[in-house]
Amino acid sequence: MNLNPPKPTAAMRVRVTYAKEGAMRYTGHLDLQRVWERILRRSRLPVAYSQGFHPQVRLNLASALPLGMTSQCEVLDFWLYETIDPTVVAKILRPVMPPGLTVQDVQEVDLHTPALQILMRFSDFEVIFLEPIEPTGFIQRVLALLAAETLPREWRQKNYDLRPLIQSLEVIPPDPTHPLRLTMRLSSQENANARPEEVIAALGFDSLTTRIRRTALIFVS
Amino acid sequence: MTLTPQEIESRLERVLLTVQKPGRYVGGELNQVVKDWDSIATHVALVFPDIYDIGLPNLGLAILYDELNRRADVWAERAYCPWLDMEAVLRQAGIPLYSLESKHSLADFDIIGFTLPYETLYTNALNVLDLSGLPLFSNDRTTAHPLVIAGGHATYNPEPMAPFIDAFVIGEGEEVIHEIVDVYQAWKRSGRPRQNLLSSLAKIKGVYVPSLYQVSYQPDGAIQSVEPLADEARLPVVKRILAELPAPLTHFIVPSVDVVHNRVPVEIMRGCTRGCRFCHAGMVQRPVRERPVAEIIRAAQEALDATGCEEVALLSLSSSDYTQIIELVQSIGAHFAGQQISITLPSLRIESFSVELMDRLHESKRAGGFTLAPEAATERMRQIINKPVSTQQLLETVKAVYQHGWTSVKLYFMIGHPSETLEDVQAIVDLCKSVLAVGHSVIGGRAKVHAGIGTFVPKAQTPFQWVSCDSIEQVRAKLDLLKHGLRNPNIKLTWNEPEDTFLEACLARGDRRTAEVIYRAWQKGAKFDAWQEQYRYPLWVEAFAETGLDPFFYSHRTRPQEEIFPWDHINAGVRKSFLLQDYRWSLEGRTRPDCREQCYACGILPAFSELRLAYPDAAWKCP
Repeated sequence: MNLNPPKPTAAMRVRVTYAKEGAMRYTGHLDLQRVWERILRRSRLPVAYSQGFHPQVRLNLASALPLGMTSQCEVLDFWLYETIDPTVVAKILRPVMPPGLTVQDVQEVDLHTPALQILMRFSDFEVIFLEPIEPTGFIQRVLALLAAETLPREWRQKNYDLRPLIQSLEVIPPDPTHPLRLTMRLSSQENANARPEEVIAALGFDSLTTRIRRTALIFVS
Repeated sequence: MTLTPQEIESRLERVLLTVQKPGRYVGGELNQVVKDWDSIATHVALVFPDIYDIGLPNLGLAILYDELNRRADVWAERAYCPWLDMEAVLRQAGIPLYSLESKHSLADFDIIGFTLPYETLYTNALNVLDLSGLPLFSNDRTTAHPLVIAGGHATYNPEPMAPFIDAFVIGEGEEVIHEIVDVYQAWKRSGRPRQNLLSSLAKIKGVYVPSLYQVSYQPDGAIQSVEPLADEARLPVVKRILAELPAPLTHFIVPSVDVVHNRVPVEIMRGCTRGCRFCHAGMVQRPVRERPVAEIIRAAQEALDATGCEEVALLSLSSSDYTQIIELVQSIGAHFAGQQISITLPSLRIESFSVELMDRLHESKRAGGFTLAPEAATERMRQIINKPVSTQQLLETVKAVYQHGWTSVKLYFMIGHPSETLEDVQAIVDLCKSVLAVGHSVIGGRAKVHAGIGTFVPKAQTPFQWVSCDSIEQVRAKLDLLKHGLRNPNIKLTWNEPEDTFLEACLARGDRRTAEVIYRAWQKGAKFDAWQEQYRYPLWVEAFAETGLDPFFYSHRTRPQEEIFPWDHINAGVRKSFLLQDYRWSLEGRTRPDCREQCYACGILPAFSELRLAYPDAAWKCP
């Protein structure tokens, strides 16, 4: 069944900030697109579809969150054929969200703003180490890493330099309620994308013994 | 001794990112059911013994999940096989197989229920028990262990799995699963030995407790007799059916990672009256029961609302035979217009009317090709298997398909039908070329043909349960002929490896002694036998050799008409004498018409006469 009415044009672009947590952190980027398509179908909002032979919900996810990481600041855009108050859109979306995805904020954005991927500049991450770590030695390692001119690394059989992709690293010492944490601001652009696991590996640790959370997406202002 | 869910989750967190597609192993999907573990009387783990991707879409288990979770005193959870990488990780990290919802070890459950839709899952079922730290053999399990039950189409011959399973459910599970839980709960309150549980289960109609039967063999290996060892052991065990199909399921679990058949299914009809002789489902799913059009439309809409899926599959063994198929397709058109969803209607008859039906369902979409299943390429062969379609009718249908805008036709054939010769196989080559020529004449060089070749495996409870399955060499010779003959850039050929067919053939008509072969093959590392790339045939050859059983006895042997079969004490409602008559007719090349027109006394009506009296309005499609 595919009784397509003549295509109306999108009337509104909606930007959603959402959390990705729980079991959903093991859902990869492509699968997440489908999860969102189904959220929007369940919402019955007048969602805009792509043109063509296989019309699909028009979706634009800002930046792929690596598998296993959580975030409370993921961003996506979709389009509506009608203009609807963003607070109403949020109210409609919340009950149809699957476990692990939570709507934080809904905004209307200008229809002509460039795609989110083009606007993306940096991602902030927070890393918690599950095994105890001696803070002084750790700080030394971080300083050494920041002091390095280049950090040659290999990712999927491709050599690259990690160092220019690291904007900043900061160690937050353990306190009675928190273990040692490492925060980082990494480049998040299409051809200059750093993965926090790579930084952790460059520091000499196994990312499997960490818990990583994305804490902010930084867009071009 | 087993790990707590917290311990399991904490260990999992450190290993999940080392395996492919970890989303298979975490649960937490939309519409999964979560309850409070401690406040639930009976915990049931429903297991599809293959990976999540294959098991999640299974409608049978989804129905039982829903049935059980409607009860306040039961929590049904799910478990699937870990893929090889995850199995290694689980064993290494000392993590038992766990349920996706609560992350409890399967050993913590009261009841483990397997679905066994096909035979090549048997080693996986053993692996699931082993990964759960449970004894594989029913005899070795005690009151401290879960009750292990199994159902599904393969269990119409339960014997190869008899030593591993405490009780089998024969037939439809929607009602009997509740009776099993009730019996289990009463037994648990009673504090009596495990044997009492098995005896009580045996009293339930449709439940087969294999340990309550003694099998003896003749010197030639055939069955001498199957004797009940207790009063409560029924002989035969007659399958369970529902007089009327229950309200269709709509709250499907929506996977957060991709799976096969990522769509919502709506069963429009159960059973089939066509009587294709090779078809196991067509024999064991009788009688035909249809759902009303309005109920189907309502269910499809509810399922779409609950899941957000973009595709609905209308399921049945033969969509064209659904009495109100035109009304159904028209109502779908009226109801779902503009919703951007696709509807699939599989199993259409080979006639141009089917093309019209598909045309109405797919206003503009022509992707995916048009599937037809002639099963055999000569009219002689199609008479033997009782799927009488003329080649002319096929070619006319194909012409209509290409004319209506499809560019690809998928044709399903089986090789290895009884009495099939290389000429019959050559006819598949010729027919595919004729179909392509029709395509060329209609749409020119864009026309494509896809020939999907299955290999016939004789199944228990069918008219062909007496016949010999082709040997590996015979199958290979036929496949070679096809591969050679269909070398054409516009013809795509897909097939099953002969070794896989051979294994299925040995297990499908196996007896209780084959359990030892399954056990040994599993010990040697056999698993995922349904996966062609998991080539473990030599392990099976070794396992047969060690047990002293001849695989050809099971696969490559024409049975005498009077032979007692290992599954004769399991009754699918169709009489053995009817199956035998149908087998004889096939030897004469005589077809049996659709039994919606005239009753041929297969036995289903007398087998369920009480049920029919109790539900006089039930719309069985028996005349």
